[in-house]
Formats: sequence, C-alpha cells, structure tokens
Amino acid sequence: MKKENVPQDMGALGKITKEVCYATDSSGKYVKELSSGWNVKTDALDVAWKDVDERIAKAREKVLNNEASPLLFFMEYRLMDLSILSDYTGFWKWQIKRHLDPEVFKRLSEKKLQKYAEAFNVKADDIKTMTVHEA
Amino acid sequence: MKLDFEHRQSAHCESGVTSSLLSKISNNKITEPLAFGIGAGLFFCYIPLIKINNGPAIAFRTFPGLIFKRTCNALGIPVKRKKFGSKEKAEAFLNDVLQSGQPVGCQVGVYYLSYFPREYRFHFNAHNLIVFGKEEDRYLISDPVMETVTSLSSYELERVRFAKGALAPKGQIYYPESNAAITDERMARAIIKGIKNNVNQMLRIPGNFAGVKGIRYTGVKIKKWRDKLGLQKAGSYLAQLVRMQEEIGTGGGGFRYIYAAFLQEAHAYVPKDELLEISKLFTQAGDLWRDAAVQASGIYKGRLGSQEDFDRMGDYLVKIAELEKRAFTALKNIKWN
Repeated sequence: MKKENVPQDMGALGKITKEVCYATDSSGKYVKELSSGWNVKTDALDVAWKDVDERIAKAREKVLNNEASPLLFFMEYRLMDLSILSDYTGFWKWQIKRHLDPEVFKRLSEKKLQKYAEAFNVKADDIKTMTVHEA
Repeated sequence: MKLDFEHRQSAHCESGVTSSLLSKISNNKITEPLAFGIGAGLFFCYIPLIKINNGPAIAFRTFPGLIFKRTCNALGIPVKRKKFGSKEKAEAFLNDVLQSGQPVGCQVGVYYLSYFPREYRFHFNAHNLIVFGKEEDRYLISDPVMETVTSLSSYELERVRFAKGALAPKGQIYYPESNAAITDERMARAIIKGIKNNVNQMLRIPGNFAGVKGIRYTGVKIKKWRDKLGLQKAGSYLAQLVRMQEEIGTGGGGFRYIYAAFLQEAHAYVPKDELLEISKLFTQAGDLWRDAAVQASGIYKGRLGSQEDFDRMGDYLVKIAELEKRAFTALKNIKWN
C-alpha cells in the first residue's frame, strides 16, 4: 500500500487515537503512517455489533416472556458465553444453566447474585431489572 | 514513581511491546517490524470447529506470547515471565519490579480496558501493554496501539490482568533480564533464524487449516458459505474475517505490510538483495488482502450477494495463497552463507 492510499475515514477508534499502518513512500521504502480509520473495517465492526444487538434484543424478549432469567440478557450484553461466565463467577456451567431458569433465579441467594453482579460489572439489584447505566 | 521510558506507538501490540521493552538494550535497533519478523509473527490459521464471538476463528498472526519469546530467544536475551494464582501477589510482584527500575510487559484482556472505545471491547485476552510507573493509585501505561500514554487505577489494571475466558492472562507479566548490548552480527543471525521459523510456519505446518494451505482452504470454504450459512450469516463471517485482518493492530493487510517492512529493514543487517524483491511480493499480498476485504464488505453491506460474488471472494484467497507460497519459497531458497 502506498502512503498516500492509507485510508483516512473516521472510525470508532479514530475518535480516540489514530492507528499505525505500514505503507511505502515514493521510493518504495516502508514508513509508518497514521490512519484515522477505514470504512471497510468500520462496516465490519458495525456488522459484528448489529449481530450482538440483535441477540441482546432477543434475550430481553425472552426474559420479559419469562422464558429465561435476566442472566441471559446480561450474558448477551457482556458478550459472555457459558464458559467465560463460568470462569468469571466460579460457577460450573451446569449451575449457570440452572440459574438461567427464571424460577431458579428468583430463589438465588444474595451471595450468588453478587458474584454475577461482579462478573457483569453491574449492581445486583440492576440484574433483576435488566438495568444498564453505562453507554 | 515514573521510570525513564519512551512511549512509542506501533501497529501491533505484542511486537510493539517487544520493541519498546528492548529499546534500551538494543539502542533502538529493534524496531517493530524487526521484532515482528525475528519473532516470526506472520501466520494464517482458520479453525472451522471453533467459534469466536459466534463467528469463525481466524488468525493472521502467530500465537500470543511467541513473538516476545522468540525475539528474545534469537537475540540471546534471558526473559522473566510469570503467571499468578493470586491477585495480591501479582500486584506485589509488579510493584517490586517497577521499584527495581524495570518497565514491565503485561498480558491483558481488552473487555474491561477502560480507555478503549466500547466498540473495540470484545473478550480478547491477548492484548499487551507496558506498565512504566505508578503515581498514587494509578499505574502509568504505555499501550502500543495508542498515540499517547495513559493510566489505569490499580483495580482497573487488576481486572484486565485477571480477565477470564480463552487465553486468560492470569496476571502474566514479562520483561528482559539482561542489559548486555546487542551486536549487529547477533541481529543478522536472529533475522535469519526468524525468517526460517516463519518459512516453516507457513509452508511446512501439517494439516489443511494453517499456513498457505490454510489460506487456500479458507478460500475454497468461503465459496460454499452462501449456500451453507445463508446470506446474512455468511456476511457476518466475512465481516469477522476482515476484522481479524485489518483491525486491532495489524498494520493493515493482515500483518503482510509489517512483514514486508521487516524484510526491507532486515536487508541492512543481512545484505541479500533477494530480501528487497521478496518484500515486494508481501506488499502485493497485503494489497490483495485489502482488495479481498473490499469485496467482502460489498457482501456484508448487502451490495453484493450472488454466488459469483462469493466465488470471486474465495478466488482472492486462493490467489493470495499462491502468491504467499511463492514468497515464502523464495525466502526458503535464499543461500544465507
């Protein structure tokens, strides 16, 4: 890639920092060049987040229909699968699967709920109401 | 406490950290491309059975940790590397090393990395940064992908050092343990070793999933994605491919440009003119990867979507595989003596 072709579209990272690309100058020598982003990859990132948002919306729906506990919502919100959540909380995967049942979830002890709260980085009370405070 | 340390922005986190941690010993000789090349960083791998973020597991670089390890190894620099079971011990050890005047490389997860934009926070646990001091409760951080230095509270740093999931860092820290100067002759030997390593990694690795064979295999698979996955999911898969290729510290073109830069810089230590010619092949490969990304974006943006569009997409990778095979074979055939 030639230096003058390094894309300068504004991406999510571009607002915070420019990133280093390697590109060739007029003599063909490689130099470092800063880029503020490239639409092709911004779009790729958007696709990934659109998929995530769809899964979050589906999870919220399920929780509201009493088909799953709010843990499902936060798992999607925090992009966590069973094994990541299991690593963060110390619960076994089968335990988490049980806690995904709304009835089991209602009887969850404060201590266990607190573990989930830490893993999701939210307050325990907010888990029950599916409340998220950060942007 | 703030150690004497110069922040340098780089394209890729691990080669950037490696080059920065070695800057003093090497008298700034180890640039990022040299660290990447000596560490034999270039790779390709697609594992169809594993899913990452509900998409395909694709890598354009070698396994995390290997670049630093191989670079130090090849240069004869002893390395201290330590993982921890306890968060308290991990912090105490970090403080001790900083107190002794040594900047420290840390493996971290990016999901809870507070200075990263939210759009970039996935559960990716093989990010690297350097801690170079502590002022009150804040650790001074040099993150190679950022333009300037930043900082994290001790809680924030602990959280990312003990991120969970695949490749969990377990508080891992590392730094070089020697201050012996690196001679040009040593550099030349390390460069040759790095190239040989990378040739093996791309040409001789067994199986279909990795190396240049892996690129071709992926190209052939992509042509079937439309029918097998449906248009939307196939689009998401291609978007993931592009992200692994262009995003998060690749230097562009799936690290191929960094590697091309490495071969140019290598020429200063190992004056074989073939290196300059082969460097051009990697530039071409990087350009082709980017053309492929543009084609992919047509699909995930919904502008393209016919089977011919997928065939064209797959053919890009088949062509790249041939080109990279030619490039690595040429590297393999260089007579070093």
